Amino acid sequence: MTMQASPQSETGESDAGEPETGLLVEAPDAGEPAAGRPQPAEMPDDAPKAYRLKSRRREAAETVVPPLLLGGALIGFWYYIAYGLLEESRRFLMRPPHQVLEVGFLDSANLSDQLSALWSSTQVALIGLFIAICIGFFLATIMSQAKIVERAVFPFMVTLQAIPILAIVPLIGFWWGYGRTSRVVVCIIISLFPIIVNTLFGLLSAERAMHDLFTLHGANRLTRLRKLMFPAALPAIFAGLRISAGLSVIGAIVGDFFFGRGNAGIGQLLQRYANNLNGEELLAAVILSSALGIVVFWVFGWLQTLIIGKWHDSRQA
Amino acid sequence: MKTVTESAAVKFDGIGMIFPDGTEALRNVTLSIDRGEFVTIVGPSGCGKSTLLRIASGLLEPTEGAVEVDRKRLGYVFQDATLLPWRTVRQNIELLTELHGIDSSERRALSTAAIELVGLTGFEDHYPKSLSGGMKMRTSLARTLTLKPPLFLFDEPFGAVDEITREHLNDETQRLFKSEGFAGLFITHSISEAVFMSTKVLVMSARPGRLVESFEVPFSYPRDPDIRFEPDFAMLSGEVSKALRGSHS
Ligand SMILES: Nc1ncnc2c1ncn2[C@@H]1O[C@H](COP(=O)(O)OP(=O)(O)O)[C@@H](O)[C@H]1O
Ligand SMILES: [Mg+2]
Repeated sequence: MTMQASPQSETGESDAGEPETGLLVEAPDAGEPAAGRPQPAEMPDDAPKAYRLKSRRREAAETVVPPLLLGGALIGFWYYIAYGLLEESRRFLMRPPHQVLEVGFLDSANLSDQLSALWSSTQVALIGLFIAICIGFFLATIMSQAKIVERAVFPFMVTLQAIPILAIVPLIGFWWGYGRTSRVVVCIIISLFPIIVNTLFGLLSAERAMHDLFTLHGANRLTRLRKLMFPAALPAIFAGLRISAGLSVIGAIVGDFFFGRGNAGIGQLLQRYANNLNGEELLAAVILSSALGIVVFWVFGWLQTLIIGKWHDSRQA
Repeated sequence: MKTVTESAAVKFDGIGMIFPDGTEALRNVTLSIDRGEFVTIVGPSGCGKSTLLRIASGLLEPTEGAVEVDRKRLGYVFQDATLLPWRTVRQNIELLTELHGIDSSERRALSTAAIELVGLTGFEDHYPKSLSGGMKMRTSLARTLTLKPPLFLFDEPFGAVDEITREHLNDETQRLFKSEGFAGLFITHSISEAVFMSTKVLVMSARPGRLVESFEVPFSYPRDPDIRFEPDFAMLSGEVSKALRGSHS
């Protein structure tokens, strides 16, 4: 036997659009997506963003145009500093943009230096991040299973987080030498904390009623972890990953300054250019290192959308 | 804990509950619900209704008295739909059968039947975030139906949806009760909801919760939604309402 009410009458705002019968319209929950729905012509200014009347093209223009304008203004300011403020003799302090482009990026010897340094730093950052993720997931998972482990481990995590990298540089050098391994260790130390904290927070975020449901139906620890706690933790995990990925890139570059043996990374390049007063190359390397940070941040954002975008409303995060 | 007797789906015998902090939530609650009975408890908020359901389901041990119930396939519908947001409607509906280790082809058959039963056909692949409150509740109902539980516990399940949806859901629950033949223990604030669906309405007193009045509901099933406007219905609702007001003091 089938129930009487047609599902149509209750969809509120699924992509089926407006229900046909006017009588049975349910008030939409606040914050539900407004896509495909006729928008009222005028909304008060304090209405949620998504509800405001806006065409797609205009929305795109509004996201792209302001940063472009600001970027243009900044480049203009850069030229002003280079030609307006600095005399010829001191212009090496701030080379104008086109020279940075020409010398820093388009010169083939410099470019190959830059790219190989970029590649080396990327590897260090990613290896460090990967190891931090493994350690972080493992610790957070154990901590989520027993309050006593959480209590025991947490103070040490905070301590680790509070140690300035500079203070343990000698130790790291002692133990792991002055090459790549130590750079990876810096990345791990620097990016571990946000992963643990966010993963743990996520694992503990499932509501009590959900846990009751699993208890009622005899779920064991592993099932509960796999089917409830871990998926519930994903949004928080991604929030942590985006932070940690950025930190790991910083760690790779900072690590270069102390542990510079082996393949040169961006940090070493920065140092070398600064020592030689290579203004163009120096600025190019700065741009490159921030580009690496942006790409890593963006990749994790993209992964997040790919993996949890279907079900998770990121506006609530 | 003994298993179910021949007729009673759940039997509370002199239940008392005092929480460790000294809160006395329930006192001497004795109640037996047979298959074919749909019992609703109304009572002021905080009087111990949820506590009684948690005791029935085994989530909580009473400090006094005993419960007889078969917990192997218990239906428990929570106040919120408690859907897993990362699962589609169908995947949510299959969750309990999954936890009970039922194999995938049978799971699929059970979920398809339940989806049809609550009128969610066509929405199997939607995620909870795109469902209305009423549809989430239907998904939650369907999820419980897949187990074909002999006893359904409902803890104010329709409190969060609007009036019209609530009446639809009441109508559907009442039909399911008849077609699926389970025993029901339903908690609600709404007197009209209680009278409309139940064979019996019980009134619980303010804390410590005790069952103070009982009303048999004589209307036959399936009940027409318009029965709410009959004089008999109004009269019975009035009596329950009066008892409920008395129970607050
Ligand atoms: N774990 C607990 N510890 C202490 N007091 C509790 C606990 N759970 C519920 N209570 C108290 O018991 C009383 C009954 O709660 P509950 O059964 O949830 O009421 P309701 O009738 O609204 O469902 C309330 O006063 C509540 O504060
Ligand atoms: Mg309650």
